[in-house]
Amino acid sequence: MIAIIYQNVRPVFLLFALHFAILTCFVSPKLESATPEEMGLEIARKADLRDEGFENFTAQQTMVLRNKHGQESQRQLRVKILEIPEDGNKSLFVFDSPRDVQGTALLIHSHKEAPDDQWLYLPALKRVKRISSSNRSGSFMGSEFAYEDLTAQEVEKFTYRYLRDEPCGKLTCTVSERFPVDKESGYRRQLVWLDQDELRFWKIQYYDRKDAHLKTLTFENYEQYLSKFWRAGLMKMVNHLTGKSTTMTWANYQFRTDLDDRDFTKTGLRRAR
Amino acid sequence: MLCWATLKQTLLGAVLIFAIVFNSQVCANSEIDLQLFGHVSVESRWYPENGAYSSQSHHASGFVLEPELYFESVSGWSFNLVPFFRYDSADPERSHADLREAYFLLFGEIGNSEWELRLGIDRVFWGVVESYHLVDIINQTDLIEHPDEEVELGQLMAHVTWSGEWGAAEFFAMPHHRERTFPGRRGRLRPAIIIDDGRPSYESSAEEWHLDFAARYSQSLGAFDIGISVFDGTSREPLLRSRHHDDGLILVPHYEQVRQFGLDVQLTSNSWLFKLEAIHRADSQNLRFKEEDFEAFVIGGEYTFYSILDSAIDFSVLGEWTYDGRGSDATNAFEDDLLIATRLAFNDIQNTEIYASILEDRQHSTNALVVEVNRRISDQWSMNLELLSLFNVDKEDVQIDQTRRDSFIEFHLNYNF
Repeated sequence: MIAIIYQNVRPVFLLFALHFAILTCFVSPKLESATPEEMGLEIARKADLRDEGFENFTAQQTMVLRNKHGQESQRQLRVKILEIPEDGNKSLFVFDSPRDVQGTALLIHSHKEAPDDQWLYLPALKRVKRISSSNRSGSFMGSEFAYEDLTAQEVEKFTYRYLRDEPCGKLTCTVSERFPVDKESGYRRQLVWLDQDELRFWKIQYYDRKDAHLKTLTFENYEQYLSKFWRAGLMKMVNHLTGKSTTMTWANYQFRTDLDDRDFTKTGLRRAR
Repeated sequence: MLCWATLKQTLLGAVLIFAIVFNSQVCANSEIDLQLFGHVSVESRWYPENGAYSSQSHHASGFVLEPELYFESVSGWSFNLVPFFRYDSADPERSHADLREAYFLLFGEIGNSEWELRLGIDRVFWGVVESYHLVDIINQTDLIEHPDEEVELGQLMAHVTWSGEWGAAEFFAMPHHRERTFPGRRGRLRPAIIIDDGRPSYESSAEEWHLDFAARYSQSLGAFDIGISVFDGTSREPLLRSRHHDDGLILVPHYEQVRQFGLDVQLTSNSWLFKLEAIHRADSQNLRFKEEDFEAFVIGGEYTFYSILDSAIDFSVLGEWTYDGRGSDATNAFEDDLLIATRLAFNDIQNTEIYASILEDRQHSTNALVVEVNRRISDQWSMNLELLSLFNVDKEDVQIDQTRRDSFIEFHLNYNF
């Protein structure tokens, strides 16, 4: 903000401009004139920008699904993500367990505005199937995560409203509401907690189409990679209506590997392991 | 009894394994990733009606073993090995082995595009529809496995893919032809006269060693996924010619040289899938053994209602129409048929799925009902239940009429490792 002011105003106004900037910083981190909608959007943009430039990463994911009686079931998969600067990211999920779906792979090309493209590779039939992306609200592998909770959280996929700042642990979080643009979303709105220092997600509350508080996702064990990119090691999703929960653990994060576009094509999908 | 073709494939596989082991000895210092997985199934099939022919039984049990071995070297090449073995208590012909896959895979880059080479035995699937895989022609059908023609035998090939933003071009050279498997004398789901698959005849003087070629171009353009293909070589679908033999009358499979052009298109739009597969096949004979070039197509759509009644359940409805320009002279049972199907996916921890379809022959009264239930039991165990019921079978519907008493119920228990 200050840099922009320096570039655009004549020196005679510099002192005043600097003074104004410092003053507003002390009063509130936001411009007084901005509406809650503009402020919400600004926060989402900054958070998105904060994570830009990771290029690609791979990681191993373990999900533990628990029903309300405490019975557990495990899912293991490998995740590969490719950053696409002008569009949504490309993601590849390869399933290791349960063993009956071993080798099954899901390729998603996310788009900022158009619907996502999804292909499924079925190793037993050696068949690549284009599948509908209208299942956004559907469960991912029987877990409490819906597809839309896992695919790229593009800024354009929501409209926003800043609500308040509040402490979250030792940090201060901004709390915003976001409303899915897609009519096929299973949610009416989400409440998002981001810390002010590093713009990391700490909590998301999901409200269903009837505005009932459906699920809460919390993030833990953040670690920083390449001295820039923060990734949570643990994500817990609790469904308040069914009492079921899913714990998602991330391991072996590797950034800027030799992945490129060619690994995220239908031909690449046939080779996915 | 293992047939000679299977033995040859097995031998070839053994040579490939030897090559791999030898190679890994040579580069003992390089790190080689080795994985073993697969499944074992115990299966039981029950036919409620008496067989139409003597020596057929009500019941067939058995097991399947299909492990997969995967090697990957540090330098990037990999090798896949998938042997298959089935034991069947009722039909000795159905107890069979095959090498589903035994291939080397290499890939790399040329400028902005990518190349991939698969050398060895592999399975390749082309197409988009569910009812009848018209365009899919690279692999022979392992028909004895299941009458739905979904299971395929391994095919020896060199398969080169060149792909980029402009799509993917694939080229196939196939030096060896596999014969279709058919039920034996004691098996169900067979014609009145036994098909003797040990004595095939070929149009080509090279017999099963004719070098077949195929190519395919595919691309995704927005909501469209399109494939155009061509095949030139030994037909996968045999003509069945009757011959007098010492044991009496038999049917002998005859494999012609054919040329086939194929098109497959899928349009994915919100909850809709629209599908088309079409072929033009030249130089093949029809059911009356007359040379007849023909067109055939399958056209259909699928709609899914996601999360019905606020549950996790997805409900799909699909309809497909198969048409063959040869009409009653068509060499398959899909000359003018309509398939209506529903699928319930529960999206639960057990991944429960129920599929039911009804196939109606529009020229005859024949109907076929299929119901399938799939469910996971635990991380490693799963089960399938299947019902295939033929009813209102029309005597004019010659191909189905001979198996009219062969409706069955089948149960599989699978251990996945």
